[in-house]
Amino acid sequence: MIDAILSGIDGLTEGSRALDAGSLVMITLAGVMFYLAVAKGVEPLLLLPIAFGCLLANLPLSELMHDGGVLKTIYDFGIGNELFPLLIFVGIGSMTDFTPLLANPRLLLFGAAGQLGIFATLLLALALGFPKESAVAVATIGACDGPTVIYVSNLFAGLGKIDTAMVGALAVAAYSYMALVPVIQPPIMRLLTTEKERAVKMPASSGKVSRAALIAFPLLVTVITGIVAPKGLPLMGMIMLGNFMKVTGAVSRLCKSSENEIANIATLFLGLAIGGTMVARDFLALNTLLVFGLGLFAIVIDTVGGILLGKLWYLLSGGKMNPLIGAAGISAYPIAARLVQAEGQRWNKQNFLLMHAMGANTGGQIGSVMAAAIMLSVLKGLGLI
Amino acid sequence: MSNLTFGLTLLFVGMGGTLLTLWLLTLLIRGLTTLLPPTKPGAEPPKTQPSPP
Repeated sequence: MIDAILSGIDGLTEGSRALDAGSLVMITLAGVMFYLAVAKGVEPLLLLPIAFGCLLANLPLSELMHDGGVLKTIYDFGIGNELFPLLIFVGIGSMTDFTPLLANPRLLLFGAAGQLGIFATLLLALALGFPKESAVAVATIGACDGPTVIYVSNLFAGLGKIDTAMVGALAVAAYSYMALVPVIQPPIMRLLTTEKERAVKMPASSGKVSRAALIAFPLLVTVITGIVAPKGLPLMGMIMLGNFMKVTGAVSRLCKSSENEIANIATLFLGLAIGGTMVARDFLALNTLLVFGLGLFAIVIDTVGGILLGKLWYLLSGGKMNPLIGAAGISAYPIAARLVQAEGQRWNKQNFLLMHAMGANTGGQIGSVMAAAIMLSVLKGLGLI
Repeated sequence: MSNLTFGLTLLFVGMGGTLLTLWLLTLLIRGLTTLLPPTKPGAEPPKTQPSPP
């Protein structure tokens, strides 16, 4: 009888005995993410479920990420096959307005310059000794686009080229830096531009684009991507599907579902499953710290690339282009565009850069997906995937 | 393939390809907006089919 009672008590204390330092660190990290999401409003839609998934996976004797566990089931259902990031892309497409970009298509070039961080980070990661596929996965943080990072890194994880735990680290780094864009970008904008450049007043854009052009645009981009970079077609195709539904106005119910219910459900499950991959034994490694460092480097170089193109444009146009607009050539939409507007007005109260910056920002969205698509196609050409 | 060759290949082909594709898209958008200019004020907006219940 006594033995049975002691065995019962032993069962109750098994969890506390299994608690190790690594689990405590991860539980603390989950607490920090809860604080950032709830108290500071840092990307709460994704950070909160990621933090909860991280907490669930790191409690002692947790079996949620084992075969049959709820987190593992969600992971296999929608992350292992890249479904959830793609569903989120449909929602992003249906929320994006490409009118400012179509009104001034040259701004799309900022979307290319804003991807410089991807390729600079790739070189740095390779120099630091990352294997090729890991270096590419880390470099995609420079896309400043969470779903793209998850899609690419998970593709490599599925092929056994990178650790599954790295997907979690990359996702958290990507979303953290996207949220920190308002902190990261302004000092770089001021450092790289003169007061005169920042005060350049841009002529108001007409912003008028025909409905037919808006409808044809997503189809055109889908076809071009399919031809140039077929490996990235799922990414671009889903964004453009969402946008096509929006601009046609023919399927408003599907459009609303894509940007609300579908995107929300996918975001919840994606966050939980990604958090579930953040298990102490895999996550607490030097590589994770390097991933965060390289992610910051990527976003900084993206901003530098965009502003430098803006400065070149300023020179070539005889001072008519405000180089700050280049900083909006990243995928963080619409935060980057709003930052440019705020920074421009800070130096010239008469300046309204928002429409131009929105054009560059949507260009950044297309640019980031296009860069990832092209990288995947080049990797396929090299026989690495 | 060495890491350096790999990195430089992706830098040139990847960044170059991105820039070239987006530039191509810029030209196509120009063509698109020229072929399909905005409707003049007062023109009747196109009708859309209501969604089935």
